[in-house]
Amino acid sequence: MNKWASKLEHRIISNWIDTGASVLDLGCGDGDLLTSLIREKQVHAQGIDLNDHAIQNCIAQGLSVLQEDIDKGLSEYSDSFFDYVILNQTFQQVKKPDFVLREALRVGKKIIVGFPNFLYITARLQMFFRGKVPVTPSLPYEWYDTPNLHFLSIADFKEYCKKRNILIERSAFTAKNKTVLLLPNLFAETGFFLLSK
Amino acid sequence: MTDKSLENVETRSYTFACPPKELTLDSGEKFGPVTLAYETYGTLNAEKSNAVLVLHALSGDAHAAGFHKDDTTPGWWNNLIGSGKGLDTDKYFVVCSNVIGGCKGSTGPSSVNPKTEKPYGADFPIISIGDMVNAQRHLIDHLGIDKLLAVIGGSMGGMQVLQWMVSYPERIQAAVPIATTIKHTPQQIAFNEVGRQAIMADPNWRKGNYYNRGVPAKGLAVARMIGHITYMSDASMAEKFGRRVRVDRKPFKFGADFEVEGYLRYRGDTFVKRFDANSYLYLTKAIDYFNLLNGHRLSEVFQGLKAKALVLAFKSDWLYPPYQSQEIVKACKLAGVDASYCELNSTYGHDAFLLETEQETQLIKHFLKSVSDKNGTGDLHA
Repeated sequence: MNKWASKLEHRIISNWIDTGASVLDLGCGDGDLLTSLIREKQVHAQGIDLNDHAIQNCIAQGLSVLQEDIDKGLSEYSDSFFDYVILNQTFQQVKKPDFVLREALRVGKKIIVGFPNFLYITARLQMFFRGKVPVTPSLPYEWYDTPNLHFLSIADFKEYCKKRNILIERSAFTAKNKTVLLLPNLFAETGFFLLSK
Repeated sequence: MTDKSLENVETRSYTFACPPKELTLDSGEKFGPVTLAYETYGTLNAEKSNAVLVLHALSGDAHAAGFHKDDTTPGWWNNLIGSGKGLDTDKYFVVCSNVIGGCKGSTGPSSVNPKTEKPYGADFPIISIGDMVNAQRHLIDHLGIDKLLAVIGGSMGGMQVLQWMVSYPERIQAAVPIATTIKHTPQQIAFNEVGRQAIMADPNWRKGNYYNRGVPAKGLAVARMIGHITYMSDASMAEKFGRRVRVDRKPFKFGADFEVEGYLRYRGDTFVKRFDANSYLYLTKAIDYFNLLNGHRLSEVFQGLKAKALVLAFKSDWLYPPYQSQEIVKACKLAGVDASYCELNSTYGHDAFLLETEQETQLIKHFLKSVSDKNGTGDLHA
């Protein structure tokens, strides 16, 4: 995961995190985000991923990482165990996103999510004019090889948070490695949210 | 790659707990003197902060790496220990000792009881994983090491790692338990019990007092055969033997026709030459009785532990399946211990921790580096 994680994305997430905080990164991939958070914010970092190579790369970077399936929950961690739980490019790929998000909100005082916006304008145009499932920089896969199991827009996610009484403290949007300020549901490839209960 | 520094390694020994300062065993019994056979590789740095204690499995010994003089077979974990390897002897001072109760130079049932001047045999006291670790702690004291950089071991060695985490948490900086468990399941006890019954059913066993007579070779060989089956996997056996029959087989009804039969017989027979049947009984009992929980809850066992842990399991290991390692990880998480967990791919089964060392080496190497970098030690030449 974190395949398209750019410096900008890392900067957005890093800006939302307090120095010295404890951080759990669900679907931490090769651990690049955690490594930059340790460097910039001196966080106490813990990663979880299922992929063999991801685990080995994390350990090679000196990170603490657990090879586990986040769909099975985080039951060993007590409530508010971490200051932040991060789901960057992760929860659209889990089997039970609702469950995983609720678990993340339970064990984290705050959570940060980042996901590709399925209704980004390029995707909309591809669907409308080409009549095909979109392939974009933030959704680079063909229908037959995508790890993404759930497709959602920024508007969908905001509605979900409202329904679940999740507070959106901050949000940020990006496209083509730049910040998007106008009509994010249309012009953003990726959305980031800082959430709390 | 030949490693000159480990060409002529020697086993040394340390004797302690001489009366009246005997070791108090977990059973409450006082026991001494105790001798531990041990080997070291690499150099202890001036701060004495680069020592790694390697803990062996059931049939292992102090000879973990390198070659004894005029010997062609290296130590049992030679793949992992040496110059530039996972446990890099250019950086770390590696110590490995034979456990108490063993038969490779440390005090065990085959040692001579100074009181009777005869081998202990069945008079040897019941020993536990805790006793093994307590004895190792005396050796570490003797070597002048206050804090070990890491304790590392697989299987029964992994149990000793876990015991170190509980008994002497302030004396370790990191722990690497591999392919192990916090307690044996009935299935694991059952396999050991069949091995023990095979030994005790051998008429040569004579209730453990067979020294200077005939050893219970048949019984011990059968015990080892059972052990070997559990150390391999369905896939590794199929790959190694298939259903191939031996070309040299004689027209005898119950000969070792299949290659796997010949292999097990060979393994059993060679084991008898290097291992003591009573040690097998005592050590398997120690493994079976091992229970890290010891009446405590899982969340309590590692409470307050500052050491970092790297827990490793192998996917094809059905003797110590990954779920048992996940239980260790769970205990770490509940106690807030800084832990990493990795399940390695291998078809070798339980034996993978000794054989499939490439990934294991990489993980251990990087993990140890992150631990030693943190306190600015580990590199002698820094």
